[in-house]
Amino acid sequence: MDITINKQMVQKNEKEQDFTPVFKINNLNLWYGQDHALKDIKFDIPEKQVTAIIGPSGCGKSTFIKTLNRMVEMVPIVRMSGEIVYREKNIFTPKYGVEELRTQVGMVFQKPNPFPKSIYENVAYGPRIHGIKNKKVLDEVVEKSLRGAAIWDEVKDRLHENAYGLSGGQQQRLCIARCLAIEPDVILMDEPTSALDPISTLKVEELVQELKKDYSIVIVTHNMQQAARISDRTAFFLNGEVVEYTDTSTLFSNPSDKRTEDYITGRFG
Amino acid sequence: MVVRENFQLQLEEMKQAIVQISKLAEEALELSVEALKNQDLDKALQIIENDNRINVLEDEINDMAILLIAKQAPVASDLRRIIAAIKISSDIERMADFAVNIAKSTIRIGKQELIKPLEELPKMAHHAIAMLTTATKAYVEEDVALAKQLAELDDEVDETYGKIIKELLELMTKNPEHLSQISQLLFVCRYIERTADHATNIAESIIFLVKGKRYGLND
Repeated sequence: MDITINKQMVQKNEKEQDFTPVFKINNLNLWYGQDHALKDIKFDIPEKQVTAIIGPSGCGKSTFIKTLNRMVEMVPIVRMSGEIVYREKNIFTPKYGVEELRTQVGMVFQKPNPFPKSIYENVAYGPRIHGIKNKKVLDEVVEKSLRGAAIWDEVKDRLHENAYGLSGGQQQRLCIARCLAIEPDVILMDEPTSALDPISTLKVEELVQELKKDYSIVIVTHNMQQAARISDRTAFFLNGEVVEYTDTSTLFSNPSDKRTEDYITGRFG
Repeated sequence: MVVRENFQLQLEEMKQAIVQISKLAEEALELSVEALKNQDLDKALQIIENDNRINVLEDEINDMAILLIAKQAPVASDLRRIIAAIKISSDIERMADFAVNIAKSTIRIGKQELIKPLEELPKMAHHAIAMLTTATKAYVEEDVALAKQLAELDDEVDETYGKIIKELLELMTKNPEHLSQISQLLFVCRYIERTADHATNIAESIIFLVKGKRYGLND
């Protein structure tokens, strides 16, 4: 008797790379002094999808995400080779301004880090330094961004209070609003919920699902269930290498590499 | 340190429960064929009574699976292992139900003289029971090659099934006075054929467990 493979499955595998890339990473290597932290990274990040980066501590996932907006260059001993192409332009070419890149590629960090200013000023800060002075325009940007970050209803009556008075989860969504205010193309999130309680975590996760309609999102997370819940594609990093990069459903139901399987099933080490 | 040792132990416990339910179903099927062949009505009643143990065990396996999913958030092969256990235990429980059906047919035939001595039918039944044994072995050892062999074994059962049915239908036209007995035998024949199909279902679950891909062995 012939063994017939399920047709749908074959079709799914064929569709694997069916997306428009926002970032193309080619043979990216990075060293901290002698330490080879990223090794020959090569994969494409899709537009308007959520890409999760998972892996054990020290595997290079935070380093990797910080290369995408060139924040990693702030570490003095860093050396890099290879290229990262953002929208057809290599971000490492000398004439590519870091400010221009970071206007397009926003970032949200592990710990909420609002400025010691009012809620309003936190969001208006970016547009202001980009030259927007008109109060009415700023008001609009602030409201749109806070709405976009699903926090408007909670703060609309206290916009001029200090942001430090917000809860951790609210502060994180405020930081997302601050990021949205400059209308980026890509949002990088480095463990955005690891300092939040479970309900705030779920709110941010819901928000990420909303945001991907308009933005491309790259999220580093220690929480594998979170990656499984919210991402479309997942990259598994180990010792500075990408062991496996595929659509999230495949990675969490039937990974092809034994090391991925061991990590996601918690048999690692 | 072994990571997730407790989870591993619980998965092993679930596997052992499958082995146990399989053994009970095998026994029930063996007994049902013996009872039919020897027209042993007491034995037939005993099979019907014993079936509850198998139903309870299936529920227990399902409960284990539900708790593991709820508490351990399993992914990848862990998740497939749990899903496979749910499906396999349900197939085995169904096979045990066929043993009950055969027992009921035995009771319906009662002590009336058999139209001919049963030879092919018990042979086919043993073939199907052997498929369950093979399926359980393939499950325990996660042996895909062995699981795939079940498809061929099932083809043999299907062939015998066709032959017996034809023979019984001929007997029916020649011996209309034995209509009721022959129709019971036809049912039994069908129950055995279905038992073998469930063994192939188990094989499919094993392949899914190991490979993460679906194969149709019953086609």
